[in-house]
Amino acid sequence: MDPLIFGFLLSDGLISGALYALVALALVLVFAVTRVILIPMGEWVVFAPLTQAVLLEGRLPGTVWLSAGLLLVWAVLDRRRGRTPLLLALAAALVVAAGYLGLAVPALAPLVAILVVLPLGPANFRLFFEPLPGATVLVYLILAVGLHFVYKGLGLAFFGPEQFGLPALLPGEASVFGLPVPRQGVLMVVAAGALMAALYLFFARSLFGKALRAAAVNRIGARLSGISVREAGRVAFLLATGIGALAGVLVAPLSNASYEMGFLLGLKGFVAAIVAGLSSYPLAVAGGVLVGVLESFSSFFASAYKEAIVFALLLPVLAWRSVSSLALEEEE
Amino acid sequence: MLEVRGLEVRYHAAVAVDDLDLHVEEGEVVALIGPNGAGKTSTLLALLGLVACRGEIRYQERTLNGIEPEERVARGLVLVHERRQLFGEMTVEENLLLGAFARYKRGERHLEGDLERVYALFPRLAERRCQLAATMSGGEQQMLAIGRALMARPRLLLLDEPSLGLAPLIVKEIFGILRRLKAEGTTILLVEQNARAALELADRGYVLEAGRVVLQGPAAELREDPRVIEHYLGIHGEGSG
Ligand SMILES: Nc1ncnc2c1ncn2[C@@H]1O[C@H](COP(=O)(O)OP(=O)(O)OP(=O)(O)O)[C@@H](O)[C@H]1O
Ligand SMILES: [Mg+2]
Repeated sequence: MDPLIFGFLLSDGLISGALYALVALALVLVFAVTRVILIPMGEWVVFAPLTQAVLLEGRLPGTVWLSAGLLLVWAVLDRRRGRTPLLLALAAALVVAAGYLGLAVPALAPLVAILVVLPLGPANFRLFFEPLPGATVLVYLILAVGLHFVYKGLGLAFFGPEQFGLPALLPGEASVFGLPVPRQGVLMVVAAGALMAALYLFFARSLFGKALRAAAVNRIGARLSGISVREAGRVAFLLATGIGALAGVLVAPLSNASYEMGFLLGLKGFVAAIVAGLSSYPLAVAGGVLVGVLESFSSFFASAYKEAIVFALLLPVLAWRSVSSLALEEEE
Repeated sequence: MLEVRGLEVRYHAAVAVDDLDLHVEEGEVVALIGPNGAGKTSTLLALLGLVACRGEIRYQERTLNGIEPEERVARGLVLVHERRQLFGEMTVEENLLLGAFARYKRGERHLEGDLERVYALFPRLAERRCQLAATMSGGEQQMLAIGRALMARPRLLLLDEPSLGLAPLIVKEIFGILRRLKAEGTTILLVEQNARAALELADRGYVLEAGRVVLQGPAAELREDPRVIEHYLGIHGEGSG
């Protein structure tokens, strides 16, 4: 094979691999702490660049009102919890203010977009998953699938069916080992690496990160230590949405964005997370890169089958996992 | 410090704790003894809010009804669970530090002093501070569970069978530690099958059978009570305590 083509396919694979790795990390994190398989994750990931695109067109995106609205509902639900409702109402106001700021200062649009999407995770957790503590994985999954359809519909309503092109945060091309690669792609991979390192440090070093891990592995032990499992769930959803939104904003200039891309993206992240047995962070990253590279090469050799090839990856992985006990089953 | 009235715990139709009254005063060590299935663990779990219950629980002059377990821990009501509930894949020191999480969250950052205190009480934990909790022996795990609870600076320490499944020598060691905690003024509610050791340590005691208090009084009196002697002191290992 032509080394140049090989290089292009590999760099392409690594860039989308970085995206899938981040989505997979977010899914593993959410599952570990809350037992929720977060199917609507893909929608939230594309909501970020779509929000950015609409802001750049000079309109206030519907996600701003959605986010602010969910925060307000949350504030009403928690109205008896001291300062919490006040802080939530303040956050809702901040989201709306950020939206208008993004309109006024286009350079801030990517940041604003992430900020707007961020509350979706914790708010959905609070509204839909928290009221059912200790439900089975299946119940949560059904709920998550339902939310996926809701958010897909909302995506169509907010953004319409068209594709949006987004300006690169870092325009131009860089030469990597003599290969021309878009700077935006390099940014994606570097940012993903930095985010993973930051997450690693958070979980390995800070007591808050350890508390999150503790809540994931032993709920009763966590509660006995004064760690609130609900709060851990909210934090997990918040981190996951943040990771997803950032990944979405970083990748969109390379691939465009439309509301219907979310599902497939989430599904590929999910394949990567399954490679990791929904439990190992390093394996989730490896799985993401594997999915990205596989997709890139199969789109060259058998482009009609590229999705099928990626999802076919599930079969050997599931077969191998069912032999060597799946984390999912152990926990139940 | 703790006042419980009419506590009732049910699992579906089965009543595990039935109309239980109990109180613990500041600085006291109170023993709760009784046969398997008497409802001792259920009582402690209800005190922490980990199982649903009826009745009134007052702690430090305030009701605990409707308060989350985490908040109770933050107020100094700390339980050493029957099954220890350690974080097996984390090190001894991480387990201990997580025990102080409620305090850390409030902004307390100087936990080294507390760590040193726990290590002084349990030198074995100090030697093994980097070992994973799951790889420790049963006795060491029990020490770690108690150490983790102490990291929360308990005002009322609830202990659920700290001697369960341990060799007599380790049991002796653990009761030695409890005696030291008592001497330092820690208030303790101790659930034990090892009634002899428990009643030697405690100031007062309750005997629980089938979810009800059948006997109560100063520990010295309970030790002399013929029913207690026959049912709880006769059979248990002589070497402990
Ligand atoms: N989760 C549960 N579901 C149903 N029944 C339970 C549950 N936990 C405890 N029970 C029942 O409640 C009763 C009291 O149990 P509990 O664990 O409180 O007893 P215990 O005094 O701590 O016993 P032991 O000395 O054996 O630890 C028992 O009959 C037990 O079978
Ligand atoms: Mg018990």
